[in-house]
Amino acid sequence: MNLRKYLKVYKKFLHTSLASELEYKTNILVDLITAILSLIGSIFLLSIFFQNNGYIGGWEFEQALIIQGIYTILNGITNTWFNPNLTEIVKHIREGTLDFVLLKPIDSQFFISLKKINPSGILEIMLGYCLLCFCIRINQININLSFLTLSMITISCSICILYSLWFFISTTTIWFVKTWNATEVLRSFLYIGRFPLNSFSFSLRIFFSVFIPIAFITTIPSEVFLGLSQLWKILLEVIVAAVFLITSRKFWLFALKFYSSASS
Amino acid sequence: MVQNIIDVRNLSKSFDISTKEPGLKGTIKHFFRRETKSLKVIKDISFEIKEGEIVGFLGANGAGKTTILKMLCGLIYPSEGSILVSGHLPFRRKENFLKNITLIMGQKQQLIWDLPPIESFYLNASIYDLDKIEAKKRIKKLSEMLEIDEELFIPVRKLSLGQRMKSELLAALIHEPNILFLDEPTLGLDINAQRNLRKFLQKYNKETNATICLTSHYMKDITSLCKRVICVQEGSISYDGKLDLLLKKLSPVKEILIVCRSEEDAIKLENSGFTVKNKIKNEITIKIENNSITSSLKTILNNFDIEDLFINEPPIDEIIGKILIKKDYDI
Repeated sequence: MNLRKYLKVYKKFLHTSLASELEYKTNILVDLITAILSLIGSIFLLSIFFQNNGYIGGWEFEQALIIQGIYTILNGITNTWFNPNLTEIVKHIREGTLDFVLLKPIDSQFFISLKKINPSGILEIMLGYCLLCFCIRINQININLSFLTLSMITISCSICILYSLWFFISTTTIWFVKTWNATEVLRSFLYIGRFPLNSFSFSLRIFFSVFIPIAFITTIPSEVFLGLSQLWKILLEVIVAAVFLITSRKFWLFALKFYSSASS
Repeated sequence: MVQNIIDVRNLSKSFDISTKEPGLKGTIKHFFRRETKSLKVIKDISFEIKEGEIVGFLGANGAGKTTILKMLCGLIYPSEGSILVSGHLPFRRKENFLKNITLIMGQKQQLIWDLPPIESFYLNASIYDLDKIEAKKRIKKLSEMLEIDEELFIPVRKLSLGQRMKSELLAALIHEPNILFLDEPTLGLDINAQRNLRKFLQKYNKETNATICLTSHYMKDITSLCKRVICVQEGSISYDGKLDLLLKKLSPVKEILIVCRSEEDAIKLENSGFTVKNKIKNEITIKIENNSITSSLKTILNNFDIEDLFINEPPIDEIIGKILIKKDYDI
């Protein structure tokens, strides 16, 4: 793979995508306001849960805010890259415009995963980052090299898991043609990631760890922030992320063999 | 000797199609249990195309023309048989192969809707690994050939269909491919836009010796661009050869309108053994076989007092239309 070429193409993707979005200024403004209101609403909802005894699943409100911060960053990444690109796969397949993507001398997964960017999602990422900085201060977390490394690794793995799940569902469009609802179900599950895993019953904990690994996505990085993480959990998250990423890639290549293109 | 650039052998393609009965009952049944059947849309076809050739694929809707094009450019896997395009197996979609081909579809677009076409051109240039100077040079050359200038800087959504199609062509040709697959490129364009597009394709073929495979329902596209046509009927090739031979085969007679000096001459001509279509006063229309036109006209001019005569070519749409009717015409 020619890295220089891919960087050049990505730069062009960023440029064209931002230029397209900036054509509609009001839309960006509405998106930004929605992101701020959504964060305020989420924190308010979380504070209601903690009003009675101040603990949920053994987590204090200040600690649970870390999960909210990580969730906000991940939701921002979803809105910036995954949502505008991966929902387009369905459109590409239904309308047959995937033909143009497949006939370009560039990796098709790279093209359809990164072509678009929604700038309002970046604000959400920044809001999540600010919330995390605030949490570091109120929880008196000691910042050192191992903390930074582990938090970066676990958050990167969370992004990979989330991307793979979404990409996997979108790929099934090649057979089922219309899978909007499946991606919406995934987004709904992601909301669950705003709460500590321990706050759920045992069976739900198993479900959200094994079948849809939402637990890995927010809880493990949050534990790293609080110094509660165990090495085996971090390793497990890395393995799960690698398996998901490789599987989604192989699944895409396999699915393309069944692509029949839309009729003209 | 000109090399074969496309080689297709015993190619077949089947699709699984689900069927549905009409009405609510059919819908519910379809939701719970789908009945699928395998439909063979391409049936054991073989052909070669030489470098620099322009070949038109003719056939009714659903005959399989687009499926053939899509298999040639590697979008669809063949069920049986082999395809070799420019020495590559298309469905592997290797980088060197993709840099050599392009697909243009009249009813689908790749330009970024909200931005001027120039942005899409530079994006494509980066995908094809062209530097900015080279990209600029090619955009200038192609835009001159296509006669577009200001349109390059107007958002795509505000361009007319003709301007958009020209921009689509530029975006698809920026990497200077030597094989072009065109699926109804003039669809929906007005007469002038169609003519300009055909002019451009002729020029492009002449200047670059590119091979062009074309499908179109506009007969003018076929007659002005293609010397050779491949007729597809229900997934099989019913004719592969020169267009003028096909026309002769499908229309073996010509109609000749003869204006005689007097009605008596017209009556004499009517009774002289020619096949007469009709006669109005001193004007008579006769049918003559293509291979005897010269000798028949000589006889008429020598033996009758003729004021004027017109040779009517039968309308090409009508002739080609005959082969588009399924099961109805055997070439």
